[in-house]
Amino acid sequence: MKALCWEGVNKLSVEQVPDPELRNDQDIVVRLVAGTTCGSDLHLIGGYIPAMRAGDVIGHEFVGEVVETGPAVRRHRVGDRVVVSSFVGCGRCWYCANDLWSLCDNTNTNPGVGQALFGYETAGIFGYSHAMGGLRGSHAEYVRVPFADHGAFTVPEGIDDTSALFVSDSVPTGWMGADLGGVRPGDVVAVWGCGAVGQMAARAAILLGAERVISIDRIPERLEMTERYVGAETIDYTTTDVAAELRERTGGRGPDVCIEAVGMEAHSDGPMHLYDQAKQQLRLQTDRPTAVRQAIHACRKGGTVFVLGVFAGAVDKFPLGAVVNKGLTVRGAQMHGQRYIPMLLDRLAAGEISTAHMATHTVSLDDAPTAYDMFKHKTDGCVRAVIRPGL
Amino acid sequence: MKKALWMVPVAAVGVAAARKAGSAARGGEDRAGDRWLTVTVNRPEEDVRQDGKLPEPLERLADRIDVRTQPAPGDRGTELAARLKEPAPPEATSVPARLAGQDPRQEVRRALREAKALLETGEVMLPDTPPTTRPTPGGRLVGLLSRRSGGEGVL
Repeated sequence: MKALCWEGVNKLSVEQVPDPELRNDQDIVVRLVAGTTCGSDLHLIGGYIPAMRAGDVIGHEFVGEVVETGPAVRRHRVGDRVVVSSFVGCGRCWYCANDLWSLCDNTNTNPGVGQALFGYETAGIFGYSHAMGGLRGSHAEYVRVPFADHGAFTVPEGIDDTSALFVSDSVPTGWMGADLGGVRPGDVVAVWGCGAVGQMAARAAILLGAERVISIDRIPERLEMTERYVGAETIDYTTTDVAAELRERTGGRGPDVCIEAVGMEAHSDGPMHLYDQAKQQLRLQTDRPTAVRQAIHACRKGGTVFVLGVFAGAVDKFPLGAVVNKGLTVRGAQMHGQRYIPMLLDRLAAGEISTAHMATHTVSLDDAPTAYDMFKHKTDGCVRAVIRPGL
Repeated sequence: MKKALWMVPVAAVGVAAARKAGSAARGGEDRAGDRWLTVTVNRPEEDVRQDGKLPEPLERLADRIDVRTQPAPGDRGTELAARLKEPAPPEATSVPARLAGQDPRQEVRRALREAKALLETGEVMLPDTPPTTRPTPGGRLVGLLSRRSGGEGVL
């Protein structure tokens, strides 16, 4: 079959790879209907995520049709249209039982690598390095889904493929930021980043009762999209002093909850950006935490900062003093998709969440490398490129 | 240049592992070869030691390991611990021995992980195969670390 492979730093190509097969009794094989580019893919394409091998299939956010089921699969049949959580959970370890699915004990087939990097390994994730499970990604004609009864969800009639696609990762990631960030009715919430995850975090904050939600970015079409489809206020950080603006809009208090949805390759327009970029390129720090620093400084005393962006290792100039002296709660997580996906499909069907607008481009698998280039450089108004192997 | 730089974090992992092993060899970690290796299984103790037998695949190592179990605090299941009856000598826990897959603790760690997975889920999740399609020097290093990783880590 054809698949989009990582071939080295900033090198992607569509290659022929062996078809996936059932490896365990609880597996299914899914024929891809659609997948999407994700900002976190850019980190591994750019070489910032360790333990990639040339020839690795990337992609982790997808919807498809079940074409094969293992003998122990109970909830799915051939022909089901399913959206699949990007993180794989076994459903029965202590972490899954406590709805912390991205921390599953039983789905990272390379636990020693993850333990060396983080102290303990994460769950496995599709197409995201051998440190995070070594599973093949979904930018292919077919993909194997382990523990399918727990990670694949039948898409209800009435939800189109493109809308359902984002429930695989972006929507639950954003929802988790607002939920675990503790957003409550009456809160003022600031969200750094107006990509798909940032937009969904802002929407989640609104649906959880936030009084005001303020999103921050620099890309005009993303800011406009966030106002129009999400219903949040926006700040363009290239023309506005973000900290001063947030103070002014919050009666001098600062936001109650700050959600960072940017990640390890953050951009800013100040001198710190050059400093961070130089240190990252020299591997003196692995990640650029620009938005995290800003969120910590902007957050009200006693507030919460939730880090949704992907970070791989160590950062420099982390404002620990602000965390301690302002009494902040700082929290982060990879996506506990299985915890939220059924509820989010219901909300999508009810029209409470809009996702299809984020699919600004649709391409075939053959054109996926070009789509990633466009997505990376944010050209042609690209927010997300949807990759359809059937085109 | 950038192409080579992505390997730095991977190499750092290797260096960290080597340092840890080195400190053990110098006596900085005097119990490295004798320490209980432990997992917590989200099952009651009677399921973990059904009929007094060890869960597979630990049962296959029964003549070479000591095993103990106890309820985990906070209703988290059962703590399942194993260690070699004959502690691994320092040379067996060195970096070359570990890279060669000759550290006897690797087999115990792998068996503990697999026993936990079997008890909790009924299967040990296997990686996709083949893991990748194009051999490169960097890929071979990641492949080696991946092959060993089931028997390595903080467990």
